[in-house]
This record gives sequence, structure tokens and C-alpha cells, in this order.
Amino acid sequence: MSKYQLNYLEQLESESIHIMREVAGQFERPALLFSGGKDSIVLVQLALKAFRPGKFPFPLVHIDTGHNFKEALDYRDAMVERIGEKLIVRHVGDTIKAKNLAEPKGKFASRNALQTYTLLDTIEEFKFDACIGGARRDEEKARAKERIFSVRDEFGQWNPKLQRPELWNTYNGRIDKGENVRVFPISNWTELDIWNYIRKEKIELPSIYFAHEREVLEHEGQLVAVSEFVNLEPTDKISRKRVRYRTVGDMTCTAAVESSASDIDDIIKEIIATKTSERGETRIDDKVSEAAMEDRKKNGYF
Amino acid sequence: MDILRFITAGSVDDGKSTLIGRLLYDSKSIMIDQLEAIEKQTKNREDGEIDLALLTDGLRAEREQGITIDVAYKYFSTPKRKFIIADAPGHIQYTRNMVTGASNSDLAIILIDARHGVVEQTRRHSIITSLLNIPHTVVAINKMDLVDYSHDVYNNILIDYAAVAKSLGLKDVIYIPISALNGDNIVDKSSHMDWYEGECLLNILEEVPLSEDINLTDARFPVQYVIRPQTEALHDYRGYAGRIVSGIYQKGDAVTIQPSGLTTTISAIEVGGAEVEEAFAPQSAILHLTDDVDVSRGDLITLTDNQPSVSNELEVLLCWMDAKPLIAGNKYQLQLNSRLVRAVVKEILYKVNVNSLEQEEAPEKVQLNDIVKAVIKTASPIPFDSYRRLRVNGGAILIDETSHVTVGACMIQ
Repeated sequence: MSKYQLNYLEQLESESIHIMREVAGQFERPALLFSGGKDSIVLVQLALKAFRPGKFPFPLVHIDTGHNFKEALDYRDAMVERIGEKLIVRHVGDTIKAKNLAEPKGKFASRNALQTYTLLDTIEEFKFDACIGGARRDEEKARAKERIFSVRDEFGQWNPKLQRPELWNTYNGRIDKGENVRVFPISNWTELDIWNYIRKEKIELPSIYFAHEREVLEHEGQLVAVSEFVNLEPTDKISRKRVRYRTVGDMTCTAAVESSASDIDDIIKEIIATKTSERGETRIDDKVSEAAMEDRKKNGYF
Repeated sequence: MDILRFITAGSVDDGKSTLIGRLLYDSKSIMIDQLEAIEKQTKNREDGEIDLALLTDGLRAEREQGITIDVAYKYFSTPKRKFIIADAPGHIQYTRNMVTGASNSDLAIILIDARHGVVEQTRRHSIITSLLNIPHTVVAINKMDLVDYSHDVYNNILIDYAAVAKSLGLKDVIYIPISALNGDNIVDKSSHMDWYEGECLLNILEEVPLSEDINLTDARFPVQYVIRPQTEALHDYRGYAGRIVSGIYQKGDAVTIQPSGLTTTISAIEVGGAEVEEAFAPQSAILHLTDDVDVSRGDLITLTDNQPSVSNELEVLLCWMDAKPLIAGNKYQLQLNSRLVRAVVKEILYKVNVNSLEQEEAPEKVQLNDIVKAVIKTASPIPFDSYRRLRVNGGAILIDETSHVTVGACMIQ
């Protein structure tokens, strides 16, 4: 191998840094949406590589559903402290009160869909013209068709039939007032790429990504953490299991997987061997319909 | 391990989606829940077979109509390579989507139905492959099972296609007989075609040499963003952030900033937060310059002994991508890497027939999916290279000034 050759992780990293810097160069008021999950943690790492020793040209924004894992919030606060960047938090609970929205009902009353309202309000409050997110195209079929610079109208809506052609590595971020662009720098990364990168860069993660003991409820083949946000019924089967999280979302809509993987090497081994996709195994909200994600995106979701 | 980006050109009728489904399925990149989801949908169909094509149709309208409308990106990997597939529709009304998918591809798979041989669509896909200057071509002659795996049928198609490849100047062309439906020659060699001496498709994709496709001679660094911390400790820090699109930069190199023509030298280079002696394409880097010259986003840092063309008049091959037609004299924004300038399409010289490559009389209005030769004048000079020679600094987009939509792809001549 010639010394002028990058391996695949370095190629992905360079592409993502390029996208981050295009955001900095093209927009006046960008933001980075940070959830505390591994994909947004990788975004922060890429931003450090893109802009240090300078400051980030954008704040981190967390749309807090109030249903988070405590470990993810602790991680978020410690990380912001460590890197010295600005964090803006907006709460879905406040939106529900202010707008008199109906709290979701049911056993797993998820505020996931309501996040969109808070997100759109936050975009309006700060006049953000670009929001960087950690969505990947390998996650889901509708995401596989979305551009890296994805234009949303003033209602935050995605129109899959009117997407701009995106050629070479040239990104067109020009928009009208009121519109905004969702930018996905890790579009071309897969779940395994993310984990390999975390290993290579020795990035610290919230502890729930690693195997730990937890009280879980078995529901249609998935394991859901017992918490104040899940409405238990007398017939529910609760057990104590050794689990880890493959994705970190809300406690109400993210399932755990049984695992004894206590470090990154073990996790990578498990992911290579798995026969179930990340969303299929861990997301309770995607099973509703074939086009669930497409519909949510059209309404302003990430 | 590196990355191969490829595009599959063909239509549903050629078995394109089946081929992609087969590659994903046989390389074990499809998960059980995804398979169950398409099994559920297949139940609504008459024949009851699992339809691998459903794996790639992401939008509701596509599933309803059974066609691919937009470019979809799919991922799989083997221990040797990570693969990114741009799955683009093949019909003429989707030429712009194929151009989009082709723009980033290292390799094109041209699918030919063995029963029909080289047809108009094959020529069109090959012409786009050639215009977009995709370095490698694999001609996959599909549905061999429907022609009794006949060596003669394969040979005749190969002879026909070789003439097309020659007329277009396609460089690296590899031929392979396959059946995507049955998996012949996809990830394993087929037992039905002993006469075929080449490798299976996956091996070909794993072994195409890519390192030579990156130009390490003509150094080009489009400045994206200027990093100036302006803190006490880093008061004088001024770094030019960007991605090296081609070439190698070393500390001490004499550089010229284009289009201003100012000269200075490189005083330091940073990659990923660490200082390095040299950096190369396609690394993202920060360059520091010895003199305090005026450099900002949109400028191109080049090595003084290797200069691009600098002009405010460009001859381009233009693929029109908007429903609203182009009329000579219209004004647009032109974006080449990080440089954005106002531009006017001064003259349309002729139209390229995408099925035959013949030159036709310039139309009064250039319609969606048309490819024309045109002259563009820019409000200020831009540094560029010919697309054929240096793809990464010769492809520009046109943006509508009022709708802000990307309306054209320009291959600078």
C-alpha cells in the first residue's frame, strides 16, 4: 500500500469533515442536534476534527423528551463541560404544556413524535438555517433516499419528490427565508462503521451501550427497560437480565438486547454476528407501518 | 480496506434491483427483519417468490408503481472493501438521476438483458458513463439462464458492446455473464457456464484497482472555511480549512492562490488536529501560509508549478435537471467546489443525442434531461481543470437564483 492512501474509515471521516465545514461556510445560523446517542457523539468528534483549535461555529441543541436515560444526560453534561461548547436544551414537556398538546397514551407512551413540534419551535426561536443530524442511510429505506443537504420547507417538511440533485461533493445550501436545511454528515456510514470509528478514536460512550444488569419487560420479543415512563400491567413478565443498548433513544421506545459485551471489541463482534438490523431490533416505533419513517420525515421529523 | 462507490445502470426489466438485492442477500448484508418485511409485501403479489427488488424501493410511490424514481444508496461490505451502491433508475426520463448517481461513482455496472443484447438504453447508459468519466465499467450480461447459458449469445453481445466501448473511449471494461435471479456468477462462480474464465462479480468489485484513480499530481485545495480562534493563546492563528481534492501538499511548498494569483508558501499543515509534514487527496486538512495574504472561502490554493486554467468563460457539457427549461441568456449561480459565482448561459452550441452521441441542432429551450454543449460566462474568473482530466475540479452545478434549486450539472471541457 502506498503511503498516499487512506483506509476506509479515514475516507469516511474526511468526507464528513468536508460536509461539516460546508455547513460552516454556507450558513449563518447552523446548529448541531445532539441526542446523547452514539451517532451524535461521533458528530461531535468530527466537529472537533473539523474546527479545532477554533470554536464550533454552531451550538449543540438537545430536544429533550423528558424520557431519557439518566446515563445519556449525565454523559451529555460531562461532554459539554469537557469540550467547552454551548448547549441549548429545549423540553418536549414545555411544548406539551404551552401548546396544550395531548400526551401520548398507551403502554409505551412515546413522546418521540412530539419531538418534531419542539424541534420546529426551537428552529424558529433561534432562526436556525441548518441543523446537523446523525441520521445514516443504512438505517431505513426512506433515509436511503435522502440527500446529505436536505431542504425542508417552513413547516419542516421533507418532500421526497422534490429533492435537489446532489452531484460530486458539491452541496447546494441556498434557501429562502424560513426554510432550513437538515444536514447529514454521516449519511454514508453504517452501524459497523460507527463502532469501528469509536474504537479507532477511543471515544467514550454512555455506560448503557455496554452490558449491564437491568429490570426489563418482555414485549413482543423485545426487552424494554422498566421505568417510570412505562405503564406496567399485572400480567407483564418482568425479569432481570444482562443487556446493552444498540441505540439510545427514549426509554419508552428503545429496546435493549441481551448481551454480555463489556467492551467495544465484544460489541463489534456481536454486531458482525447479528442477524437483525439496528432499527428492527431496538426501535419499537418503526413497526407500525411500512412507510412510518417516510411519513414522519414528511412532517418535519429528522 | 477501502471504499468502492458504484452505480448500477439498467431498468427493472434488466433485473437491476434483483441484482442489487442479490448482492446484498448473498453477501449477508440483509437482516432477518428486513427480509421478513419484504416477505410480507411479496405475499400481496401473485407469484409468491421473494422479490429482492423490494429491498431497494424506499419510497411509497416507488413500491406502488414498481419502479425506482430516485437515487437510493445501499451499503454492504466484505473483509476487502466497503461498497456504496448508487441505485439509479434507467429510463430516459430519469437521466438526471443517473447523472447524479454517476457523478460520485468509481465504477458503473451496465446491465444487458441477454435476450435483447445491446439496445438503445445500453448505449445511453454507456454514454452517461463516458460523459461523467467513470473510471471503470463492468458489463454484466444478465438473464443468461433464459438463453440456456449460451456462450455464443454472450460472445455476440460482447462483440457488439466492444464497438460501443471503443467509440466512447471507455477505459477499463470488464465483461461478465450472470443470472441475478438465480445467483449465477454473483458471489460464487456459476456451474452453468464453464466456458467463462473470469471471476464472479463480487470478486471483480473487490479487486478493481482504485488507488490510481486519485490524482496525486495536480494539487488543488478549495478553501471552505477560515479558522481564527482569536483567543489570547492563539491570537495569530489563521488556518485555511478544506479538503485536498487532488495532489499532495508539503510544508515549504510554493503556492499560488487562485483566482487572485497571489503567491506565498505553506508554513504548516494540520490533519485531524496534529501537525504533519505533508497531506494528500482526499484528506481534509488545515493549511497555514507564511504571508498574510487575502484568502477566503471559494479561493483555490494550488502549487505554483502546477496551475489550473483561470477564466470567466467556460465551455461545458451541461445536463439540464429542472422542469423549467433553460433558455440561452438566463442567469444562474455557478458552484465549483466551494466557489460560488454569478453566471450566464451565453450560448447553446448543440444538443447531444444521449442514445447515439450525435450532435443535433441547438434547441431554443433546453428541456429536463437534455445534454447540451454550452458556453457559460461567469461574473468573476474561476480556476478550473478540464473534467476529463481532473474530475474533482471540473464538475460544477448551476443553481437557479430565485428557486435556489440545482438545475444543471456542468462538465467543464
